[in-house]
Amino acid sequence: MPDEAERLRIRKTYKLYVGGAFPRSESGRSYPVLDASGELLAHAAQASRKDVRDAVVAARKAFAGWAGATAYNRGQVLYRVAEMLDGRREQFTAEVHAAEGGSARSAGAQVDAAIDRWVHYAGWADKYAQVAGGTNPVAGPYFNFSIPEPTGVVAVVAPQESSMLGLVSVLGPVLATGNTVVVLASETRPLPAVSLAEVLATSDLPGGVVNLLTGYTAELAPWLAGHRDVNAMDLTGVTANDRAPLQVKAADNVKRVFAPASTDWSAEPGLARLGAFVETKTVWHPIGV
Amino acid sequence: MARFEYAPAPESREIARLKPSYQIFVDGAFRDGSGDAIKTINPADESPLAEVAEAGPSDVDDAVRAARRAFETWSALPGAERGKYLFRIARAIQERGRELAVLESLDNGKPIRESRDVDVPLAAAHFFYYAGWADKLGYAGLGPAPRPIGVAGQIIPWNFPLLMAAWKLAPALACGNTVVLKPAETTPLTALVLAEIIAEAGLPPGVVNVLAGGPAIGQAIVEHDGVDKIAFTGSTDVGKIIQRTLAGTSKRLSLELGGKAANIIFDDAPIDQAVEGIVNGIFFNQGQVCCAGSRLLVQESVAEEVVTSLRRRLTTLRVGDPLDKNTDVGAINSAEQLARIRELTESGVSEGATRWSPPCDLPERGYWFVPTVFTNVSQAHRIAREEIFGPVLSVLTFRTPAEAIEKANNTPYGLSAGVWTEKGSRILSMASKLRAGVVWANTFNRFDPSSPFGGYKESGFGREGGRHGLEAYLDA
Amino acid sequence: MTTLEHPTLRDVTRDNGTLRQFLHGLPGVDQVGAEGRAAGLATRSIKTTAKAWAIDTAISMVDLTTLEGADTPGKVRSICAKAIRPDPTDPSVPSVAAVCVYPDLVSTAVGALRGSTVGVASVATAFPSGRASLETKLHDVHDAVAAGATEIDMVIDRGAFLAGEYLQVFDEIVATRQACGGAHLKVILETAELATLDNVRRASWLALLAGGDFIKTSTGKLTVSATPPVSLVMLEAVRDFHDATGERRGVKLAGGIRTSKEAVRFLVMVNEVAGDEWLDPHLFRFGASTLLNDLLQQRHKLTTGNYDGPDYVTVD
Repeated sequence: MPDEAERLRIRKTYKLYVGGAFPRSESGRSYPVLDASGELLAHAAQASRKDVRDAVVAARKAFAGWAGATAYNRGQVLYRVAEMLDGRREQFTAEVHAAEGGSARSAGAQVDAAIDRWVHYAGWADKYAQVAGGTNPVAGPYFNFSIPEPTGVVAVVAPQESSMLGLVSVLGPVLATGNTVVVLASETRPLPAVSLAEVLATSDLPGGVVNLLTGYTAELAPWLAGHRDVNAMDLTGVTANDRAPLQVKAADNVKRVFAPASTDWSAEPGLARLGAFVETKTVWHPIGV
Repeated sequence: MARFEYAPAPESREIARLKPSYQIFVDGAFRDGSGDAIKTINPADESPLAEVAEAGPSDVDDAVRAARRAFETWSALPGAERGKYLFRIARAIQERGRELAVLESLDNGKPIRESRDVDVPLAAAHFFYYAGWADKLGYAGLGPAPRPIGVAGQIIPWNFPLLMAAWKLAPALACGNTVVLKPAETTPLTALVLAEIIAEAGLPPGVVNVLAGGPAIGQAIVEHDGVDKIAFTGSTDVGKIIQRTLAGTSKRLSLELGGKAANIIFDDAPIDQAVEGIVNGIFFNQGQVCCAGSRLLVQESVAEEVVTSLRRRLTTLRVGDPLDKNTDVGAINSAEQLARIRELTESGVSEGATRWSPPCDLPERGYWFVPTVFTNVSQAHRIAREEIFGPVLSVLTFRTPAEAIEKANNTPYGLSAGVWTEKGSRILSMASKLRAGVVWANTFNRFDPSSPFGGYKESGFGREGGRHGLEAYLDA
Repeated sequence: MTTLEHPTLRDVTRDNGTLRQFLHGLPGVDQVGAEGRAAGLATRSIKTTAKAWAIDTAISMVDLTTLEGADTPGKVRSICAKAIRPDPTDPSVPSVAAVCVYPDLVSTAVGALRGSTVGVASVATAFPSGRASLETKLHDVHDAVAAGATEIDMVIDRGAFLAGEYLQVFDEIVATRQACGGAHLKVILETAELATLDNVRRASWLALLAGGDFIKTSTGKLTVSATPPVSLVMLEAVRDFHDATGERRGVKLAGGIRTSKEAVRFLVMVNEVAGDEWLDPHLFRFGASTLLNDLLQQRHKLTTGNYDGPDYVTVD
């Protein structure tokens, strides 16, 4: 048996994650992903507008099932993902370390925080409606209540810097509230995201609920912003200067656009992201005999 | 000849205390705007009602500056004090309710029955509701110390001029914002009287500014650097323009846009009440309602029965003088809107739908459109897809609950929907599957200040009314 | 057995199960919606000529009623005089439709009304509770008819109705109908005891299927009587029954209607819900005692422009 040092490692092909499957980009393109010191890590799939199209179709198809699942079930499925993330802690730590540099200890802390954040949002799934919804005391013989419902298909441009904690922090609230997602991974640090997709694929999360694209943000984000079957967009990973043209496109179908100034991923996440991709539905019914 | 002819029962026009001219309200003072002086007309007979000196661009500047100055003091007031101002406004609206109702009917063309029983009482109720929030914002669940946003530019439509002003002003002011409000060009009068009420209530100058004017003034408000938030109610087309305009800025936005609501009647519905709900859904305010139930979806097994009942009911609708207390359907607000209704209605005929209207004598002058029902409508027809914003109902049929949901949701809009069935579990199932911000089950077109209102999809975002209505005016 | 000629509806009274199925298959009534519709109709503003027409029409639709333990022949003769000529000073005031009395006073009323257009209605069938054997109830009817009553106001067995014994209620109405001979039958549902508008609709249809010429809201002996929503549902029933059969049947509102304003509102409801064919004493009645005086006072106000006082109308 050869030493570990002598063994030739098996390199992973980093693919897209669309509709529960792992296609290469339909364009056949890839792009080099470098580590923090500039060394080549891998060639990631470079998604095209057609991959965007397919991802949106997959997300739309998965929407009714995920939105219609019980909140308890969504919470269970998301918690199961956290369990699996924890099992792959070392792998994610290595990937985050490679992508973001710094100390291995700091990368480990990022991953721990990411897993804990996932658990945090798993727990929100069956509580948010109670916090954001309620009954309304209308002046008449009617029972009236408001509940938050998922907005639909949400396009997320993940944070460019924080490849794991940032990614989890933007996905968690969108999923906990019942939306389905097309997420553009960090352009330069996409590898932890692809590994996350591998975890999702083997979890109980239905295919199509999360669709992950890697590639160039500037190429792909406009297709998402202009897509009329995308209901909302999170521009966290787009710099302030580049947001305006996307917001102009987003207006084509009155997308809800979430464009936060900046986010400290280590801070308590609060409610803003949970509230960004829900629609308040109000139902009236007469009270009579 | 009917046996029981209702004699005319007109509300007196004198009650409106109509003045020959109205001025804009900037920084606590009424003044002539620097724009054109236009005549606002009575859509029921096309006669001029009053002259309005509209705002020009410099007035927008002045108003925004005044609002910015006033923001410092208004936002710093204890919430309880702001609340007391709003309570004053609410009471004054009630005290001058009859005047406002008549003025609204004159300027808008809506029946006095509606302005008296719906618009004015709800406007007062809205101020009452949000007045009480002003000192409780920390308990609204949005964060422990929410702060006002700043200067809100608010642009409102002509279909509920006073009520929409109340929907916009009350939460904005309760939260500590100051406002530049632009009423619609064809219906500025009640908002300007509301400005009088606000002045009489003693609000500090600049807290509320009311600029009469057209789209250019609206655009100037939207584009103004001194405005922190835009709230718009109106067409989806204009909403999109505003959303594009604000791209790349830090201005907050809430939009309440168009709709094409499905009103779904199952075979086990309480049919007589459903027919009332259909009538109320599409003929309330001449159908010029964003949440109007303009698509009737009837289960095939009762379609004939429902349509027959509906037709009979429509023969009792009284169309005519908005000031007559027995009028059910008044005038269309403008020549422009009437032309749009006509154009879409004609497309319904040419695309093959069957048109029906009750026998009805329309006045010779003014903008009138007879209540109209189209049957044999398919999803592809323009009258089933486009917002007509008039008293025109498109009737479609379905066979199963799944088909009803599919058809109801098959639209870029998502403001409201109606469901009629006596089966409780079906109501809840339908309500959860309809992609609309308001679902009326076994009722339609109910509004309340405590009840959030607003759309999914291209019907806009943000909610007005209720605790949720505070979010649009706070930084949490 | 039924007097109904309509072929498909005849079958529904075959047995209690079928009848139940039919009645429970009628569209439900949403209480809040029905109340809203009734309240909406009440906002009609009836002025000047319309009001004058409505007041005279309402007078002509009154069943001037006295149903007290203290009734005497003298009291009955007195209201009969008023029924024929409600305002002794003004012959243009129409006569009322009928007087309504207990069976033992029918002969007095018949005598007092002879030669007039005013009918004689009598409550019967162990009014107001209806709690007696069928034999006793029918005997009551025979008495009244024999004494010359042209209209019989019966009560249904609300207990049987609420227990789901629809066919029993139906059969009693049919038997009463037969006992009436040529007299018109008004079927009192006593809607307050039926509790829900769904039941009002079912009872209305039951009475119409059994051949009632009128359906009537109440005995007038309970505190809640002819409410606007109940009246609405009953007017819808006669309208729908006409749609189904081509036959027009009447509605009588009884109890609690004391003012002209209320009466005019009900006429608006008749006009807009059932249709103006029902604006006729043959198809619509008010069972009332004090209403007539208010109608007369309002009529006076309209004709003279001055408000009237209670000393200027006759009190019996």
